[in-house]
Amino acid sequence: MDPQIIIFLLLVLTLSIFLGFELISKVPSTLHTPLMSGANAISGITLVGAIIATGGEGNHTSHWLGALAVIFATINVVGGYLVTDRMLEMFKKKETSSSQGEKK
Amino acid sequence: MNLDIMINLAYILAAVLFIFGLKMLNSPATARKGNLISALGMFIAITAVMCSKGLSYKFIILSLIIGMILGIPASKWIAMTTMPEMVALLNGSGGLSSLLVGWAEYHHHQTLDMMTAITTVLSVLIGGVTFTGSVIAWGKLSEKFYSKPILYSGQQIVNSIILVGVLIGSTLFCLDPAANYPIFIAIVVISLILGVLVVIPIGGADMPVVISLLNSYSGLAACATGFVIQNNILIVAGALVGASGIILSGIMCKAMNRSLSNVLFSGFGSTVQKAKEGAQGEVNPISGQDAYYILEAANSVVFVPGYGMAVAQAQHVVRELGELLEANGAEVRYAIHPVAGRMPGHMNVLLAEANVPYDQLVEMDDINPVMNTIDVAVIIGANDVVNPAARHDESSPIYGMPIINVDQAKTVFVLKRSMNTGFSGVQNELFFYENTRMLFGDAKQSIQALVAEFKG
Repeated sequence: MDPQIIIFLLLVLTLSIFLGFELISKVPSTLHTPLMSGANAISGITLVGAIIATGGEGNHTSHWLGALAVIFATINVVGGYLVTDRMLEMFKKKETSSSQGEKK
Repeated sequence: MNLDIMINLAYILAAVLFIFGLKMLNSPATARKGNLISALGMFIAITAVMCSKGLSYKFIILSLIIGMILGIPASKWIAMTTMPEMVALLNGSGGLSSLLVGWAEYHHHQTLDMMTAITTVLSVLIGGVTFTGSVIAWGKLSEKFYSKPILYSGQQIVNSIILVGVLIGSTLFCLDPAANYPIFIAIVVISLILGVLVVIPIGGADMPVVISLLNSYSGLAACATGFVIQNNILIVAGALVGASGIILSGIMCKAMNRSLSNVLFSGFGSTVQKAKEGAQGEVNPISGQDAYYILEAANSVVFVPGYGMAVAQAQHVVRELGELLEANGAEVRYAIHPVAGRMPGHMNVLLAEANVPYDQLVEMDDINPVMNTIDVAVIIGANDVVNPAARHDESSPIYGMPIINVDQAKTVFVLKRSMNTGFSGVQNELFFYENTRMLFGDAKQSIQALVAEFKG
């Protein structure tokens, strides 16, 4: 790896970590579970790497490994976003909740 | 503009959307939209990578479809009470994916330069630990495995030896990646074993810390993978997730007054002296009807839910009782301890499922100062988080842990099946206080009885 690329990627990493701390430290405890599952869905971004490993250059085995990675990353991404959405849908303010009946 | 630049610009756009999405999670009013924006970012990133030159799509599309077939139904049908297990499994699949990408890259190139070799090892190690660690956490949460801490003599030594082994193996591998495929496989195997070993000594009540920590790892694994394939979006997204997991773990540890290393290395409750157990005095049982008379006269009521409410699936009847009390003129609030339940915010999600408006949910620090004005505090399936011993009894294992001071309310109702101890194995002196009334029985049935009294 070119040293300049390493430095650049490390810069991106450092700034992102600080940004992450800034963003998350303000989340109220009510939303900690959706925050966790929502962040979890974002960590499924490895799907990008998995897609390259599956369909890009490589040999038989590396394509198979990539395909497995795509499957698991996809579960992570779709599962994470759907579950988060289901949870957030339930968080309601007082005015709206009283007019709605029970869900089950 | 060439294709490569276009793809990278799309990644930047995706990163911006992730950031906005997370920012909008700051308030329940915007959170759902934020999640959609973050999902849009993910969609853009995936679309962009699909436009890369020279991809063969057959395998990719097939795997994407399999992943969706497995992921979509599971997340649609799962019950809200089992959400901690679901989050653990999703975490695990993210970690496994990072491991596999690192492996695929190595298998393809083999001759890696030093920096790439180091990051490959990192993505495999963190990914592997995240995967098996999450599976064990899932097993403990769903009580498929033994959920008590598993401790054995020499545990620290075994773990240390494995860690040293990993370090030596990784160094050898990084010095000459091409010649050391067997070492690489060994690292994969060890990382999977390590994930099991680090989670088994941790007890059920400490799961909120473990889950948020594993969440952080899954982000860091994605980050390391980003270095392997030199991809910005993986690094940015991974770092955001890593940071969020670390912050949550910190909040959870603070709420238990324990350091992270204490949670990770010493099974909570395993060292409790059993001598102090057994009754410390007389408890005052109360019948459902008497409880009704007190509640009926109350002007302010606070519910304090714990994991027991999730087990009894009592959140819907609790909300019903809350509404009846409100109609009766009482001010109703729900006080939630940061580590109540099995993951951060677990109780909030359950109460939201039961249609409790989020403005009635209050945090520990907001309710404690006004606790002495509360007429009735109703404890549903919580124990350690309301144990006053945490304030004054230095010999108690939970000494120093911030608690909800329900004992300062005028009357305390404790809904409990029997006099068994909580997860920490500590007897709760609150039960013997003069203003405490024990309402024995299944939490759900007890509350249903109260609801029936109000209606009848």
